[in-house]
Amino acid sequence: MSISTLTKTRGGVGESVRRVDGVPKVKGEFQFGSDLWAEGMLWGHTLRSPHPHALIHSINVAGALALPGVHAVLLAGDVPGKKCFGLEFADQPVLAGDRVRYAGEPVAILAAVDPETARRAAAQIVVDYEVLPPVTDMEAALLPDAPRLHEYGNVLRHVRIVHGDPDAAAEVWVEGYYETAMQDQAFLGPESGMAIPSSDGGVDLYVATQWLHVDREQVAPCLNLPAEKVRVHLSGVGGAFGAREDVSMHVHACMLALRTGKPVKMVYGREESFFGHVHRHPSRIWMRHGATREGRLVSVRARLLLDGGAYSSSGSAVIGNASTFAAGPYEVPNALIEGTRVFTNNPPCGAMRGFGAVQVCFAYEAQMDKLAKALGMDPVALRLRNALKTGSALPTGQIIQGSAPVREVIERCAAIPMPAAIPMPDAVSMPKEEGGRRDRLSYPGGAGNVSRGEALRRGVGFAVGYKNIAYSDGFDDSSEARVKLFAGSSGPIAEVHSAAAEVGQGVHTVLAQIARTELGVEHVVLHPSDTLVGSAGSTSASRQTMMSGGAVQLACQAIREELFDRVRLRAGMGDAPLVPDGALTLEGGMVLAGGVPVGPIEAYLDEPIERTRVYHHRPTRAMDAMGQGDPHVSFAFAAQRAVVEVDEELGLVRVVQIATAQDVGRAINPQAVYGQIEGGTAMGLGFALMEEVQVREGRILNASYTDYLIPTILDMPPVEAVLVEEPEPGAPYGVKGVGEPPTVVSTAAIVAALRDATGRALNRVPVRPDDLIGLTQPAASAGPPPAPDVPGPKAVPHYWGLTHGQGTLMEPE
Amino acid sequence: MDILLPRTLDEALGMKSDHPEAVPIAGGTDLMVEMNLGHRRPPIALDVHRLPELRQWRCTDGTLFLGAGMTYVRIIRELPGFTALAQASRSVGSPQIRNRGTIGGNLGTASPAGDALPVMAACDAEVVLAASGGRTRALPWHQFLVGPKKTAIEPDELILGARWRVTRGPGSFSKVGRRNAMVIAIASLCLVLDEDRRAVRVALGSVGPTVLRVPQAEAFAAGALAEAGVWDDPAALLPPEVIEAFGERVAASARPIDDVRGTAAYRRHACGVLARRALRWAIEDRQAGPAGHGRPAGSWGARC
Amino acid sequence: MLIRLKVNGEWHTADAEPQASLLYVLREHLGLLGTKNGCEQGECGACSVWLDGEMVCSCLVLAAQAHEREVRTVEALAGPEGLHPVQEAFLEAGAVQCGFCTPGLVVAAADLLARNPSPDEATVREALSGNLCRCTGYVKILDAVRLASERLRGRTA
Repeated sequence: MSISTLTKTRGGVGESVRRVDGVPKVKGEFQFGSDLWAEGMLWGHTLRSPHPHALIHSINVAGALALPGVHAVLLAGDVPGKKCFGLEFADQPVLAGDRVRYAGEPVAILAAVDPETARRAAAQIVVDYEVLPPVTDMEAALLPDAPRLHEYGNVLRHVRIVHGDPDAAAEVWVEGYYETAMQDQAFLGPESGMAIPSSDGGVDLYVATQWLHVDREQVAPCLNLPAEKVRVHLSGVGGAFGAREDVSMHVHACMLALRTGKPVKMVYGREESFFGHVHRHPSRIWMRHGATREGRLVSVRARLLLDGGAYSSSGSAVIGNASTFAAGPYEVPNALIEGTRVFTNNPPCGAMRGFGAVQVCFAYEAQMDKLAKALGMDPVALRLRNALKTGSALPTGQIIQGSAPVREVIERCAAIPMPAAIPMPDAVSMPKEEGGRRDRLSYPGGAGNVSRGEALRRGVGFAVGYKNIAYSDGFDDSSEARVKLFAGSSGPIAEVHSAAAEVGQGVHTVLAQIARTELGVEHVVLHPSDTLVGSAGSTSASRQTMMSGGAVQLACQAIREELFDRVRLRAGMGDAPLVPDGALTLEGGMVLAGGVPVGPIEAYLDEPIERTRVYHHRPTRAMDAMGQGDPHVSFAFAAQRAVVEVDEELGLVRVVQIATAQDVGRAINPQAVYGQIEGGTAMGLGFALMEEVQVREGRILNASYTDYLIPTILDMPPVEAVLVEEPEPGAPYGVKGVGEPPTVVSTAAIVAALRDATGRALNRVPVRPDDLIGLTQPAASAGPPPAPDVPGPKAVPHYWGLTHGQGTLMEPE
Repeated sequence: MDILLPRTLDEALGMKSDHPEAVPIAGGTDLMVEMNLGHRRPPIALDVHRLPELRQWRCTDGTLFLGAGMTYVRIIRELPGFTALAQASRSVGSPQIRNRGTIGGNLGTASPAGDALPVMAACDAEVVLAASGGRTRALPWHQFLVGPKKTAIEPDELILGARWRVTRGPGSFSKVGRRNAMVIAIASLCLVLDEDRRAVRVALGSVGPTVLRVPQAEAFAAGALAEAGVWDDPAALLPPEVIEAFGERVAASARPIDDVRGTAAYRRHACGVLARRALRWAIEDRQAGPAGHGRPAGSWGARC
Repeated sequence: MLIRLKVNGEWHTADAEPQASLLYVLREHLGLLGTKNGCEQGECGACSVWLDGEMVCSCLVLAAQAHEREVRTVEALAGPEGLHPVQEAFLEAGAVQCGFCTPGLVVAAADLLARNPSPDEATVREALSGNLCRCTGYVKILDAVRLASERLRGRTA
């Protein structure tokens, strides 16, 4: 490298650089959890309860153990340490002991030489169940005579937010009742991992997960091992979307590995995957909006009920989120919001992309459209009139201190050109050459060949939504990163070590970009993510770019300081004179002083420089008994406009176009940001039109890709996306997370478009063909249930002293 | 589990005779799903996919014979003139499934949702069965498909294929699913016009225990076309209320149930809509005539 | 049972359980892990391979059915001179996120472009409709196929 030529560092912040893991992924060489292999490994298998609610009287494993090739069969009594785990509260048994609370709950685990032997062995286990009546309705769970599913009752948490005067008078009122179904993350790569026993009596767990350290926090106590003897390593993650926040096969594989002394691999099949992770909470939502005749919101009343299924998971945070976002991205002077998260014998629910904000956005945006109609106002104008901005007060009393370009996202979304009107085929002159009509695939119903353009109605819907970035309610979900700068054979190399889970969203690429920009070095290598570095916090809540990006930035800045000290020291010794008072910078592998190169970086790296830094977001404050506090770190907003075509006779839909503007703070990797918007939109589209885990009497009826439908490439429209970059003060480079807002708004926007096309109320998602043609009536309710008589505002198990998981990790109290 | 890999049809029939419990496997698109999920483990699987005798089709003396091993992709490529059949084939699963799935599999599995079955029913197909020793027999489709996933095949028999008399006239296949590709039918319908017999034939899928024909509605439509003079004058118009009434009759003939994919009420409704559309399309296609467009419906353009 | 099959130009013999799928044999016996198991029902397309030149879901092929047959997997796409144009286009267009569906989609896109180097959008969508992706929303996958198509045409022009 010539000292006199200066090139800008390539691949830094703001560039659409290629993924660091892209080449192995397109070649099929990237190692996912399901691709792990070790000499002599065994295959683990889980036996699950077929009953949603039952007592276990006995389990006979003799038949399974007698099969050749079976190395171990373990039951609840074999759990070496704590019997339960959980993200918020340790209430979920590693293996059911005397009682099962959902159909699919693990009852026994075994290890065998191959999957087929394992499956056969599981079929030999005899469990004597006494079936109990299940609680499967979220309102029934609140009735006084409902069976109590946990010793602390059937309510996990009740949140009450009182803001201003909820009885304030308004001139125009609209009311609505809404339901959302259970959605599955349906990532492509099912749960997988491998546990390898180590010579120190510990275990190395390679697992597809979202947060290595919180896994260890839960796994180690169950194994009765100190944390340092449980080393958790990230294996390739085939999508996450919240489904990998909870422990799945982690403890099971470790138990089997420790018992057999052999590596144990566990991979769920697609069917088991539906039982192996938590789902999006089904909801029932009652809302009442009051406004002035001019369209200014006066009051919002919201009653939310979330069905959490059998265990806590992250349900306490989900109902907290749903409640705090229930009024939408609008200035609301008065509000009463009450949210309850209940236990039932349905499959457990927890985190999924959007995390409580999706359900309420569907409801409050329907309310805003109703209100616009009642006022005779343009729906976009109504939203603009009430849009939040920096300095606005939220129902929790929190004042938005960061950026809040709500007006901008609405205006820029609305300004995106509408799709061309596709000419309808002329029925009289039909048929023509096939080329003369629209491709049949472009009609609602697509490949089914059901249309030549009959009964098509176009509709347009608009929705705005928002979501918090990072964890809330006083949690300090910090992130640590270690960066090492050293001289390689062909120039300086930066090594980044972060436990941030790369789940496909591209955080590892982003961390490399940040290191390049901060250190002026193009060659960045990523150390594998593991628990040998401090916690990065969860890859969720749209937080990793801000949190782990911030940690890498801090570590790089610390390295820079040391490097500059070396430069100055060397200059002081007369080595290379510096430009007087010239500020030192790094660019293109060079040290610059006042913009003038003084030498290659590696010239100062006789000794490598390594720094470890922890990034903390600004502190937040949990809600008090009146729901008042400063619960959220920052917010990201999105607006979407959906154009749909509905076949009015068949109730089939084709989404024609999604236009969207999103508040992203600053796009570190614009191509990846667009990718998040498109993918997040697809997930919202699926929820609007087809995705529902159908549960009857506690049993999942459609645990397969055949019957749990997710959008195909023929369902997904073009997405015209605009990035609104208004930097978030205090965040590294001004970033905000980008993964969740599109999912929050797209369901609401698409259903709004369906309402526009059909004139029907459509108050439940996913919308069924039956709903679109009036074969079914809108979901009905006699009214919201009374508030449960439970202590609050913290989750009920808290008052029983049942804390674990994130609580112990993040709340040193 | 054992696997038998015959090289010729005779060999396969001999094996089936020796092992009546053997389950034939061709494209595997049904059986492998059940096996992978551990729902079914036949004691013996008999691979019929590579039997050359089953991979043929021929159109002779006015009859089309489709070998059981004909895949959907080959139907799309080689038999585009049989438009309803080609449309049904194109609606099957995905390209990967169409490359593998066969007509014989659709018949043997006998799911009420089998996509090619309504076409075969509307064409009055016969299913040709064979057993070792040169025994063959042909059963009309309705005698072959006797219930959901139930057929009249004998344990020593294999499906050779299906055959039907090729008729002149337009037709179509439509299938309703909740997603725009890769769905199992909530309801499906095939309608063909038989110009020479002046008949209308309609078959429904996924709305009964097996594929259903709707004789009353068929007779009604044929009569209505005659009354309106459409058979003789393609430009003649069928009154909208007649098309409406035809749809109602078809819907009334469905015997649907509620399941995870759809409700009975919706299925019945969809049958009516598909029937109206299919009849209208058939009339439109007649107006254009076989020469008017490249790929007509039914077997309009196909002759044997 | 012993199954002999030619995979990516080389003959292999695997002693597989009779009920094993081709997918299982490729992954667990031959160590070809690029072909993914996403559903074992033929719904997701992550296990797409070529069997005697035709693209199939390897989970739906009984391994014994591939006896004496020729299989081509995603591992065969990149040559010594570099990535296949489809792979290159997937990287450039940002069509890869978690990557679990990627091998199957790369196979499906390469299969399409081998048969039809200049497909229109409807054709691309139909050809890829058997490959589920949960991360990307397919927008950049369409971009990638468009890009690969242009490159391939440029190469033959």
